[in-house]
Amino acid sequence: MMTLEGLLGQVEGVAAEDVRRWIAARYVRPGGAPEAWVFGEMDVARVRLIVELRDVMEISEPALPTVLSLLDQVYDLRRRMRRLNEGFARLPAEMRAELARFMME
Amino acid sequence: MAEDLYKILGVEKGASAEELRTAYRGLAKKHHPDLNPGNKAAEERFKKVASAYELLSDAETRKQYDAGEIDESGAMKGPPPGYRAYAEAPHGARYAHAGEDFSGFEDIFSNLFGERARGGPAPGRDAHYALQAGFLEAVNGATKRLTLPDGQTLDVKIPAGTVTGDVLRLRGKGVGGGDGLIEIAVAEHAFFTREGQNIGLVLPISVREAVLGAKISVPTPRGAVVMNVKAGADTGVKMRLKGKGVPAHGGVAAGDLIVTLAVHVGPADAALEGFLKENQAVADFDPRAGMVP
Repeated sequence: MMTLEGLLGQVEGVAAEDVRRWIAARYVRPGGAPEAWVFGEMDVARVRLIVELRDVMEISEPALPTVLSLLDQVYDLRRRMRRLNEGFARLPAEMRAELARFMME
Repeated sequence: MAEDLYKILGVEKGASAEELRTAYRGLAKKHHPDLNPGNKAAEERFKKVASAYELLSDAETRKQYDAGEIDESGAMKGPPPGYRAYAEAPHGARYAHAGEDFSGFEDIFSNLFGERARGGPAPGRDAHYALQAGFLEAVNGATKRLTLPDGQTLDVKIPAGTVTGDVLRLRGKGVGGGDGLIEIAVAEHAFFTREGQNIGLVLPISVREAVLGAKISVPTPRGAVVMNVKAGADTGVKMRLKGKGVPAHGGVAAGDLIVTLAVHVGPADAALEGFLKENQAVADFDPRAGMVP
C-alpha cells in the first residue's frame, strides 16, 4: 500500500499528471479518497503495464482504453475458466471422462 | 551457454540506439506477457529481451559488454513483477471488465446457468438488495417496506444504530431458499451528523442569547428538549445532552447529543451598530490575538 508519491518512486517514466488522468478515466482504480489515494501492489503493476503499453508498445493514449478493456476481458475469462476447471475437478470421475472425450472431439 | 544479447534482440553488433529501440519495441509487442497470458515461453522470451535491452540501451554498460568486461548475467535482473501475476489471481477480479457475477458467461453456459439465463438467480442463492434509510430511521430504528424485483413486498426491520454498509440477512428471503442480503445506505441529515454513538449538532444562537444567556429549544433525534445556555456563551462552545444520541441497542449504551454553539448576528440593526461603535471594551477585543503563523 502506498501513496501517489510512493508509486511515482516505483514506476519509471510516469508523471503524477499521467496517473491522475488514468484514475479519472478509471484505467487505474486505487483505494482511498481523491488525492489521498492508496495504491496496492496490483495498482502499481497496472500503472507499470500502462506505461509499457504507451512507451514500449507505442499504443497511443486514445487507444489505451480499447487495449485495456480487451486485456481485462482476457484475464476475466482466464480467471473464470480456472474456476470452471476447479468445478469440473469436483465432478464424479465418469462425468469428467465424458467431458474430456467431448473436449477432444 | 548464454545467448548473445544482440542476437536476442535480432540486431547487428554495431546497431544504433534507434535500431535497438525499434527492435526492442517490436519484440515486446510480440512477447509481452500481458499480451500472451498463460504462454510461459513468451514470458521467458520477454524477460530475456527486456534484460538485453536494459543492458544495451545504457551506453556505459553496452561498452563494457562489447569489451567483454561484463557478460549476459549482468543483464539478468529482469523486469519487476508483471501485472499478470495479480490479474490471474482470484482478487484480480477488481479490474474485471464484465463486472461481477457470471454476466460474461451466461451466453456461453446457458444450460449450466439456465436459471440465471432465464432472468433470475440460480436456485438456493442469496439475493442482494439495497435499501436507503433516512438518517433518523437509522439512528432510532424503523421498519421499512422493500419491494422485490418480483413485486413481492418485504417489511425490513432496521435496528437502531444502523450505519451505511450494514447488511441485514433475512433467512429464506433470497431465491429458492437462499437468504436475502439487504445492504443499508443511510442518508445524510440537514443538521444532525453521526459520530459513532453520538450525534453532532451545530446549533445557531442569537447574539442576545449568547451574551445574556437563555433557555432554548434544541432538536434531538427524538423530539426537542430545553437546554440552558449560560450568559457569555460563544461560537464553538460544546454542550453535551446525555443519552440524546443513538439510543442503547444490543448491549451498546446510548450515545449523547453533542451541541456546538454558533452565534448568528442576524439582520442589520442601527441601535446595535451604534452601541458597538461607542463601546471601547467591545472595540478593543481582538479574537485573533495570538494567531501567529
